[in-house]
Amino acid sequence: MSKPEVAIVGIGMHPFGRTPERTGQEQGVYAVREALKDAKVEWKDIQFAFGGSQAAGAADTMVSKLGLTGLQFINVANGCATGGSALFSAYNTIASGAFDLGIAIGYDKHERGAFRVNTRSHGLGDWYGKQGLALTTQFFGMKINRYMEKYDISHNTLAKVSSKAFRNAEHNPNAWRRQPFSEEQILESDMLSYPLTKFMFCSPAEGGVALILARADQAHKYTDTPVYLNAAVVRSRRWGSFEVMAPWIALDDAAGPTVDTSQAAFEMAGIGPDDIDVAQLQDTEAGAEIMHMAENGFCEHGEQERMIQQGETEIGGKLPVNTDGGCLANGEPVGASGLRQVHENVLQLRGAAGKRQVPNDPSVAYTHVYGAPGISGVTILSK
Amino acid sequence: MGEQVPIEEGLFTWPSDDPKLIGSECQECSAIVFPAQSGCPRCTSDNTERKELGTKGNLWTWTIQGFPPKSPPYEGEIDNFEPFGVGYVEIHDQVKVETRLTIADKESLEIGMEMELTFVPLFVDDNGNEVITFAFAPVAG
Repeated sequence: MSKPEVAIVGIGMHPFGRTPERTGQEQGVYAVREALKDAKVEWKDIQFAFGGSQAAGAADTMVSKLGLTGLQFINVANGCATGGSALFSAYNTIASGAFDLGIAIGYDKHERGAFRVNTRSHGLGDWYGKQGLALTTQFFGMKINRYMEKYDISHNTLAKVSSKAFRNAEHNPNAWRRQPFSEEQILESDMLSYPLTKFMFCSPAEGGVALILARADQAHKYTDTPVYLNAAVVRSRRWGSFEVMAPWIALDDAAGPTVDTSQAAFEMAGIGPDDIDVAQLQDTEAGAEIMHMAENGFCEHGEQERMIQQGETEIGGKLPVNTDGGCLANGEPVGASGLRQVHENVLQLRGAAGKRQVPNDPSVAYTHVYGAPGISGVTILSK
Repeated sequence: MGEQVPIEEGLFTWPSDDPKLIGSECQECSAIVFPAQSGCPRCTSDNTERKELGTKGNLWTWTIQGFPPKSPPYEGEIDNFEPFGVGYVEIHDQVKVETRLTIADKESLEIGMEMELTFVPLFVDDNGNEVITFAFAPVAG
């Protein structure tokens, strides 16, 4: 494995779900304070910040609550990859030698129901939204519908992914939906976008996450259990890929941004998919987790049917996936979602994940996000 | 009394006799996209020209919109919402177009089935005009 230059030395999280008494920004501030405590540093020690939210205001305004220390604070806005992009930027800021200690912050607070899409901000005409095509949920339904037919994935396997998410979340005090559902309940809930039912979709939500990063050679100043960032990569789509919010697709078929991002991250870390002990994969809905297993290189297309039916992605399985309940059980505060995955992997690598701890002392962990209009972010962590 | 108007100018040639969707074709690499745009996302050229698309193709994938979309931006019926089909139709040798489908029955929709372009009323606008948009329907027979 490549020699890491950057370590995560502190993590903090505001529980995901609905918190009517706190604004999105207040949830972000809460997460920052938790991370500072975890790293045993003070806000005035932090030299730089990258932060973002999609629907809860400019992140840099939080300095008025945390302290006006004059630090370099840059707002990040990159759809579902906002958190991943903040982390990527913080990683490179330390790797470049510019600073020694900084923070990546993501938080959000969305209205209830499916995401309301501003078609113009996506570079699309008003007609697209007027006629009912501006829904991320349709893309997910259409992508998995084709995939299921092409690679023989069953409806029951979709239900098994959701049922695992809620079961894992039962042991995660920060998760939103912690009540287990049976596969039958999941399959029989409202059909929102065929073949995906209500309990196969994640919901827009609220929450915040903050991660404190330091130079790897200084990590032990802050913690006895540093977790190293071996790769942080973000990529956008290429010609021929099939993406959300697309009025057209090219006739040529190309791999999506997840494949490109994953390959670049493994190359950067100098390891392969077989070396990963635990993975958090974007599960905006149950089908996404299935497809992302293959797109991230963990199996061949179609192999998921057997793997999931045999429990290989359960916490005690060969490749535990979405051990904290993923987006399905945590909901998706867009700005925070990617950082939640990293937060979970830090807990798993520290051996501090409680009842949802992956057995056998995991040492390498993987995160993946995907978002509109066709971007992906991947990190690889080790201890 | 209102009249029928297109949902957006420049998207299709309706109400012409043989209405078609309007895309653009790159004059350097022949890539076709929809709706028409000034740059080519395939080869990065800015040399594109208007191209009327074929009216038949095969259903590449589909879903059924099962709940009323949020309004705004949705302008269709919400109070008496009926699920509608959505899919991508692969127009032969041109491009895959995302579209509403005229049917919303999972037993009748099948990847690969032949589809053809049609035009349907979507909603009545503030001026009392009936707004028309494109959709694809299964080829009869």
